[in-house]
Amino acid sequence: MQVRTYAEFQANNETPEILFWVGCAGSFDQRAQRVTKAFVEILQHAGINFAILGKEEMCTGDPARRAGNEFLFQMMAYNNIQTMNMYAVKKIVTTCPHCFNTLKNEYPELGGTYDVIHHTTLIQQLINEGKIIMKEGGEFKGKKITYHDSCYLGRANQVYEAPRAVLEVLDADLVEMKRCKTNGLCCGAGGAQMFKEEEPGNTRVNWERSEEALETGATVIASNCPFCLTMLSDGIKKNEKEDDVQVLDIAEMIAKSIDKQ
Amino acid sequence: MQIIQQILFVILASASIFLFWKKMSEIRRNILLGKDFEMSGTSKQRFQNLLLNAFGQKKMFTNPMVAVLHFFVYAGFIIINVEILEIILDGLTGHHRLFFPVLGSLYNFLIGCFEVLAFLVLAACVVFLLRRNITKVKRLNQGELLGGWPRSDANYILTFEIVLMSLFLIMNAADINLQQGNSSHYTQTGSFWISQFIAPMLSGVSESGLIGIERFCWWAHIIGIFVFMNYLPYSKHLHVILAFPNSYYASLAEKGTLSNMKEIQNEVLYMMQPELAPAHTEANAVLKFGARDVQDLSWKNLMDAYSCTECGRCTAACPANQTGKKLSPRQIMMATRDRLEDIGTQLNKDKNWTTDGKALLHDYISVEELRACTTCNACVQECPVSISPLDIIMQLRRNLVMEESNSPQEWNQMFGNIENNMAPWKFSPDDRDGWNH
Repeated sequence: MQVRTYAEFQANNETPEILFWVGCAGSFDQRAQRVTKAFVEILQHAGINFAILGKEEMCTGDPARRAGNEFLFQMMAYNNIQTMNMYAVKKIVTTCPHCFNTLKNEYPELGGTYDVIHHTTLIQQLINEGKIIMKEGGEFKGKKITYHDSCYLGRANQVYEAPRAVLEVLDADLVEMKRCKTNGLCCGAGGAQMFKEEEPGNTRVNWERSEEALETGATVIASNCPFCLTMLSDGIKKNEKEDDVQVLDIAEMIAKSIDKQ
Repeated sequence: MQIIQQILFVILASASIFLFWKKMSEIRRNILLGKDFEMSGTSKQRFQNLLLNAFGQKKMFTNPMVAVLHFFVYAGFIIINVEILEIILDGLTGHHRLFFPVLGSLYNFLIGCFEVLAFLVLAACVVFLLRRNITKVKRLNQGELLGGWPRSDANYILTFEIVLMSLFLIMNAADINLQQGNSSHYTQTGSFWISQFIAPMLSGVSESGLIGIERFCWWAHIIGIFVFMNYLPYSKHLHVILAFPNSYYASLAEKGTLSNMKEIQNEVLYMMQPELAPAHTEANAVLKFGARDVQDLSWKNLMDAYSCTECGRCTAACPANQTGKKLSPRQIMMATRDRLEDIGTQLNKDKNWTTDGKALLHDYISVEELRACTTCNACVQECPVSISPLDIIMQLRRNLVMEESNSPQEWNQMFGNIENNMAPWKFSPDDRDGWNH
């Protein structure tokens, strides 16, 4: 890949246009790494001058804060803000709606004010500006796709249209689940649930959501969040549908459909 | 005879207004047990929220049928109050239909409108009773609403409204008959839009019988209203008043934003940059993290609890509840109000009361409930009167973790990983850019 870090930019007396905040899932989780790579491909194709923090990036503190551990959250926030302010970061794009929410809504009060956008919104802008063009008759043409609203992009930040607008470009047959947009059902991972067993109940949240997605008859479930990606993939496996139904991040779908000519 | 009625009326009105005022001041005192909080946004934005969500009932319209019915009851409640003004003035002065000479034909139009509204309120309440008890709408028949006081409370209110509206219509019907019989004291206004259809049913009744019916309905109606007013503060129905301030004071930040804990922010800052720490720290200040009891919550959280009408839209949308977990956001609000009322009762007995050894956390809301929340904001999104159950859940979680170190083993590991590896999983920070090579 060879994406340059902020430190490397600075060493050359250069300033990147935007910071790509990779996030812990995007950095370490093998499945989410594929999303990271796909998004980098899009950025590179569009000729965006971007950098990552590399080893200097740390967890935003979102899961700690939502589990109730404010101390740990504040520690992480302090360090990240120090790093980003040192590099005079102005604009951030991230492939994780949890990082997006924390950076955009919770860091300003702590002294870290940046222009933060989610990767689906940036991809929509790049398409609108003609910086990326989809190939004719791409892989998803005519396919039935359903889009899962993540809570932290949807209800938490009211981004409902950009991801859908991006999917429209794929010429696919976009179908909605019964619970979508403001009524969207959680995948079950938010609020640090990703890192613990669910409380006792009669089913799992991700099973419930995956069944709803399968009911639409879609062969692709489009996601915008690394945690939703894991939860929904597990739910599809539970239903033994992993051979028929793919769970993909919007960045992966776009990366596969870009006209590289 | 007339003067006795007037005196009785004055006594009754003053007593009920006094009792209502007394109970409302208790509720105000209870709400103000909560902490002050920083408000974001401008008062203009807040006022817009109030207009849209409280007056306009915007969120009700996700289900248009219910929204329209609820709007009838709400509009009826507000507009028929204009008629109550006349009823009260009649009661005080001993007149009958005091506004008729002033308003003339407009009077008939107005009373006609009130009657139509009264009929719509009545019809809507019947539908609501059916939805609750016969078709058994799920959110109105699950968990904390299965039985007991919450269930009866809802049914009492609906029945009460039906009775009040019926009394109002029968009163006018008797009035029409009395006018036709040229009974003295009964002003000739002509018939009204709805009660004219009830009037024939009373046509055979003697004048004194009609006066009896009219007076009975008049008194029962106004006594009913006084009773209803005093029932409100004990009931979930208090939302008719508190929905307005509650919408006004609702947070204007994006829903994803959790409240910042300034004291911890500073603590971390002084640890990292000791030179910034104030020379004289307030060593005496006992810091308490998160909320253990209602006094640790904000007064908005507490007003939320009194504003909740237990409709259960939050619980119906909650992913944890839908998958059979113990958590129900509605129950969080009801438990908060119960705790607050219990404290209020003890404060009524002893102004200087401080503790009964109980707390909202554990005694009213369990760890299992708190742990099930995915912070998805569905409950906040759904609430028609801008309540945030999530805000309470988060503050209790903070107390659990930071005061009691009470968190599941997996969370402790996650905390450890973040502390040591700067990621919630156990990977070396050196591999963070491994994907890039």
